[in-house]
Amino acid sequence: MTGWTLGPEAGLVGFPALGAVVLAITAARGRRLVVGLTLAATLVALVMTLTRLLSVGAYEQDIGGWGAPLGIGWRIDGFAVLMLGLSVAVGIAVSIYSLAYFGDEPGDRRRALFFWPLWFFLWSALHGLFLSRDLFNWYVTLELSGLAAVALIALSGRADALTGSLRYLLLALAASLLYLLGVVVLYSATGSLDLAQVAARLTPGPVALAAILLITAGLVVKSALFPAHFWLPSAHASAPSPVSAVLSALVVKGGFYILARTMTGLWPAAVADGVLLGLGWLGGAAVLWGSLLAIRQQHLKLVIAYSTVAQLGYLFMAFPFWMEGVGEQVASRAWAGAAYQAVSHGLAKAALFLAAGVLIHARGRDDLDALRGLGAHLPVTATAMALAGISLMGIPPGAGFLPKWMMMTAAIQEGRILPIVVLITGGLLAVGYLFRIFRRLLAADDVVLAHPPPRILELAALGLAILSIVTGLSSLPILSLLRIGAPEGFAAYLESVP
Amino acid sequence: MIPDTLIPLAVLLTSFITGIAILLLGEDRVRLRTALNLTGAVLKLVLVMLMLWGVFQGHAYQTRIPFLPGMDLVLRADGMTILFASLSAVLWLLTTIYAIGYLEGAPHRRRFFAYFSFCVTATMGVSLAGNLVTFFLFYEVLTLTTYPLVVHRGTEKSMKAGAVYLAYTLGGSALVLVGMLWLYAIAGPFDFTETGVLGDLFAENRIALTVIFFLLMLGFGVKAALFPFHAWLPAAMVAPAPVSALLHAVAVVKAGAFGMVRVVYDVYGITVCDEEALLPAFMVLAAITILYGSLRALAQDDFKKRLAFSTVSQVSYILLGIAMFGPMGTIGGLVHLVHQGIMKITMFFCAGNVAETLHLHKISELKGVGRRLPLTMGAFTVAALGMIGVPPLAGFISKWHLGLGAIESGHPWILAVLVASSLLNAAYFLPILRTVWFDQPDSPWPAPEGGRRLEASWWLLVPPLATAVLTILVGLLGGSVISPIHWAYLIVGREY
Repeated sequence: MTGWTLGPEAGLVGFPALGAVVLAITAARGRRLVVGLTLAATLVALVMTLTRLLSVGAYEQDIGGWGAPLGIGWRIDGFAVLMLGLSVAVGIAVSIYSLAYFGDEPGDRRRALFFWPLWFFLWSALHGLFLSRDLFNWYVTLELSGLAAVALIALSGRADALTGSLRYLLLALAASLLYLLGVVVLYSATGSLDLAQVAARLTPGPVALAAILLITAGLVVKSALFPAHFWLPSAHASAPSPVSAVLSALVVKGGFYILARTMTGLWPAAVADGVLLGLGWLGGAAVLWGSLLAIRQQHLKLVIAYSTVAQLGYLFMAFPFWMEGVGEQVASRAWAGAAYQAVSHGLAKAALFLAAGVLIHARGRDDLDALRGLGAHLPVTATAMALAGISLMGIPPGAGFLPKWMMMTAAIQEGRILPIVVLITGGLLAVGYLFRIFRRLLAADDVVLAHPPPRILELAALGLAILSIVTGLSSLPILSLLRIGAPEGFAAYLESVP
Repeated sequence: MIPDTLIPLAVLLTSFITGIAILLLGEDRVRLRTALNLTGAVLKLVLVMLMLWGVFQGHAYQTRIPFLPGMDLVLRADGMTILFASLSAVLWLLTTIYAIGYLEGAPHRRRFFAYFSFCVTATMGVSLAGNLVTFFLFYEVLTLTTYPLVVHRGTEKSMKAGAVYLAYTLGGSALVLVGMLWLYAIAGPFDFTETGVLGDLFAENRIALTVIFFLLMLGFGVKAALFPFHAWLPAAMVAPAPVSALLHAVAVVKAGAFGMVRVVYDVYGITVCDEEALLPAFMVLAAITILYGSLRALAQDDFKKRLAFSTVSQVSYILLGIAMFGPMGTIGGLVHLVHQGIMKITMFFCAGNVAETLHLHKISELKGVGRRLPLTMGAFTVAALGMIGVPPLAGFISKWHLGLGAIESGHPWILAVLVASSLLNAAYFLPILRTVWFDQPDSPWPAPEGGRRLEASWWLLVPPLATAVLTILVGLLGGSVISPIHWAYLIVGREY
């Protein structure tokens, strides 16, 4: 047992948690100050974690001195820090946005009272998830973030939000149960929950298969992969807009993150291959089905929520490239592509939901036709939507182009045609559903704004949108970050980064 | 002085920064916006002329930015770049002047001029792109930034046109993307290189590379309004006149044509294309488009629609020239890239003037307009005669070289196409000239507003007059260093 060692990464979990507690106690008094300090401290923690990672390489950290298999063990590598960076960027923008979003009306005041502690709590839990490296801590952080998310969805108090949150709650619980069952099976078979130890001790067979299937099924529901996506649109669309942004950009990535971690090298190839292939098929189906449904929606936030269903599909389309026998070049390309997609979608989708919040706030309704002619009144928001849209459509220089390019080059090297067809069709369908929004923004109709939105709302959305273009033009720093501590067999593509 | 490595980037930034600044300015800051627009356009022209002189002296301008592992974004200036970039820079300046006058007092001018600037930035990017992925990036940006301009009026009709425009162009882009992906898989990352980059690779991957060639050429052909992918262009006529000018002469269709030029000369290499018989299919397709566009133009009474179908026809001259193997054909095709731009933009300026001052949109309404708008119609007449191919105007130079190319490459049937097309050009342009100059107006024209002596404001008159003069000069002064035909000769010297 070593002494108390806390690295800078502890601040990523600790500061938001601390902020949540303080905000729960002090309520509205001094809220701006507490929020500001929490954001600044969390950002500093991220920068210090990154600095440490860059100087010492991937490192592990046992909290409270308890090592595997019982304690809380963290692993800090490039992938983790990339996701943490996404979370901090989105989190800061959402927080700044929310300070202005919840106004002075009594209903808003009450909502803000609950929003801040819940949101910072969720933020902290997510950071814990990204830092963890064992199956049980993932369970805990998944559960904590899921419950916070349920409460946040219900925040608006509208009937559809309550239905949406209840449905989400039931499914999240069922998903956790599946996951937990899988973990129990695994523990009984290997006597450990630490990834390295499990990987070393697990032998192929029916037990391993059952564990993998249970864990995967739980995570699939958590990350709303087709056909388990049905809870997502109502939940994400009925939540307050800053909450929608967090849910779509960050929370659903939690399930993906754990799957990506467990699927790269944890399971014996003999049993994992079928699962990987199945996830790929589901991912492709999600892209097409989600996009088609997005095109059919009549409400702004439902369009964006179904777009999330589609965009999550791309993440899973990378999985079949990790099967046994695929070259390391290809596997690593697809792996980097999936990680990149998680980031690019997170930034763009958060920007889109925040911008949608501005538009809905301005018009007081959220049907698509309410958007007609709004672009002329809110050019900054319209620009934010356009930039985020470029990324989601996968058109360069949007960040969404790069993961698609990586996956398509991986597919072509493997001689697989189907993924390419899906990727390109998905892009065209995204043009279809996004231009239903843009078209109306550009219409010549004269509209009167119900409430002119505060400027800061627009700027928060624009900031994330610009970031989603910047990340489309700065792949090399991001890929070289990803290279640090990349799982074995997934580094070949990244080695070529200067 | 700016170092050589930064000049290509600076060329982009002159209009990009202008666009951002305009977005940040208020809608009613008209004077400052006008000043910004003109400063940006003049600055860009100066930089492009600087590059022109430098490239002529053998200078290399190149900006290289890492994009993905092993893949860079490359901006650089070669002969082709100069040909396209100077066309765009000159015409952007004139179109900006025109648009300022045309949109005086209209709503949403901030949005218009911002996207106008972004659109030109993308066009410059297309002309400066040093490899396929850079080209594709700017090509896509061009599509997206043009959309708000196409739907600028915001009516149902313009929204429909915008949807058609997107469906066609992004469909084309998807073909290009697949082709590019496949090509990179076979050939690895490469920069555009004179005489091509494939070499022996072609023989080893004959089928794949043939399919890729068709994917790329047809993909770019959509924007170049190649038959049967041309329908978006006439539909997009609902856009304001300066946008039509931009679509037809400077940016969009030219980007498509320029893409085909790059694929044939700087990716595959004209010799490989010829040896592997990749070109005849496109020669036929170009010939069909030329005749089809002209026939459709004949039937249009709407002024801008007739011009639009004329563009469909005329832009395919470029492809025709490319698809003929032989220096003369290449020269004809390349020079027409510029010549068509100059002539067609004149016509759209004139059509815009007629619509703006007299609110006339149909050719049958133009009786005697020449008396009311003599300068405008004078410019139109020069451009129309040039299109028909009357010597020594711009169109004659193009057609002459294409004709020589047809004989040189052993395809005399092309001559018949050229003759037929010229007759058709005459058949749809000459009646306009006759109506305009010789028919009696049904009723006397209203006097110019505010007792002006001029037929329209200076903003609207200078651009068409300038391009009409250019139409004459590029023909007359073909021997001078900065004439397009001279550059075409220069480029061809390096490609064969």
